[in-house]
Amino acid sequence: MTMDLSALNQLLAVFLLANLVLALWRVTRGPTPADRLLAALLFGTTGVALLLLLAHAGGGMALVDVALVFALLAAITGTAFSLRAWRREEDDERP
Amino acid sequence: MSGLDWLSAIFLLVGAAFFLAGTVGLLRFPDVYTRLHALAKADNLGLGCIVIGLLFQADSLAAALKLVLVWLLALAASATVSFLVAHRAWRRGIAPWRADEPGIRRHDES
Amino acid sequence: MNLAFDLLLIAALLWSAGRALTTPDLFRAVVLFIVFGLLMALAWARLDAPDIALAEAAIGAGLTGALLLDALGHLRGPVRRKSGLIAPSTVMSSEGAGPPAFPTYFLNGLAIVLAVALGLALAGALLLLPEPAISLPREVAAAMDASGVAHPVTAVLLNFRGYDTLLEVAVLWLALLGVLAVAGGRAPGRAPVTPRSARASLKVPRLLARVLAPLALLVAGYLLWAGAHQPGGAFQAGAVLAAAAVLLNLAGLLPGGATPRWVLRAGLGFGLLVFLAVAAAVMGQGVLLQYPPAWAGALIMLIETGLTLSIGLTLAGLFLALSGASRQ
Repeated sequence: MTMDLSALNQLLAVFLLANLVLALWRVTRGPTPADRLLAALLFGTTGVALLLLLAHAGGGMALVDVALVFALLAAITGTAFSLRAWRREEDDERP
Repeated sequence: MSGLDWLSAIFLLVGAAFFLAGTVGLLRFPDVYTRLHALAKADNLGLGCIVIGLLFQADSLAAALKLVLVWLLALAASATVSFLVAHRAWRRGIAPWRADEPGIRRHDES
Repeated sequence: MNLAFDLLLIAALLWSAGRALTTPDLFRAVVLFIVFGLLMALAWARLDAPDIALAEAAIGAGLTGALLLDALGHLRGPVRRKSGLIAPSTVMSSEGAGPPAFPTYFLNGLAIVLAVALGLALAGALLLLPEPAISLPREVAAAMDASGVAHPVTAVLLNFRGYDTLLEVAVLWLALLGVLAVAGGRAPGRAPVTPRSARASLKVPRLLARVLAPLALLVAGYLLWAGAHQPGGAFQAGAVLAAAAVLLNLAGLLPGGATPRWVLRAGLGFGLLVFLAVAAAVMGQGVLLQYPPAWAGALIMLIETGLTLSIGLTLAGLFLALSGASRQ
């Protein structure tokens, strides 16, 4: 019973990873820095899903803690990007 | 497989489909705003359905609650970052794509 | 199926690493490096090393990305010339670099030859390693009862090889001293002043930071507690604490600054001092950092608590010392 589900979890993990590899194309393609960053954000979410699936495919429940840390800190990269890296002072002067 | 196992499998497959949709959107949509929209599907529904699917496989209530917490945290991060990126893109003068004005996008880049 | 996963992972790791090193655009390199960190955490998870996966997740998702993106903001921002923090000549940019001159080609060629030679030498050394005389995993498993904890990784890090960890913490502390020296003794900053139009966009990250910071405290406490019997521990907990500080700073709720006041200084040194104090107190056991078995669990928890605090402050300091420096 659970054998079947474990295999499905594993299969889906491979599928999601393949999905990620495709999304890498957006990092090189751009065109704006934001577009490149979006791929990294997708990596974060998919990474969480992957870790949860791996944890339930025999990888050990400690991987859920890794996913928890990922999800907790997922906002930091995107926040640093929009508030620190991708800004110009004159942007803030506009009405 | 028991009924619960089938439910779990169905939710997991639906979640994976949303992740695929997110990637297709990220690759195919024309500008940063629409791509953000695609990404949110993967963040919210993709991860959400995978978490629901895994809830049926959870050993204990604590493990199940931890899974839900992971999803809620990802939701909060996704909503915040989507807003910030879209806001910043708008302030930088990146015009949203329109089907009738194909030439308007990509006018400001560094 | 696992093989397919691993092969895909390896391919993605190699590709993102290679592109991060070779791409001329700094921002693209940063994004690829962030992606590489995420993939690395997955690789550690697959290698059955959840302790390292946890550390990689906390460092990669919480600190490295923010640090690099903030640095990029300094390099690109128009304020850099005014602040004088970074000399214009050190500002790298993808455009404007002409074709490399002859010495550059020569040096690059030399570097490649040396790197390949070093790689071959290391591979050779690895292949020629003699069979280990003792099986370390078996030794650890045999000594677990006397270690005071139930998780083998923690037993090795804080009991059997405690002196390694002691020195590592000292190294981390020295790294922060180096950053503070470079930061040049700026006064403890106020929260960065933000123009009114930007304040509206800060509302959302502020709300998020206010919700996440207490949760991060909770998770750090959980990881610290978990370290005694499952993956977790001081480093992971400290990294989560530092990430919370980074988020607060990004949202403008925590000022940066390069001259820590005495409370902060005490906090920075606290973990190391506790560690040293315990080491001195158990000196009588004859071997460095050998705890009396009855006390081992409590002493390890004491050290780990101190280390969590200090590692958190140190890692946060690496970001806060220079973050937003030109915008104050």
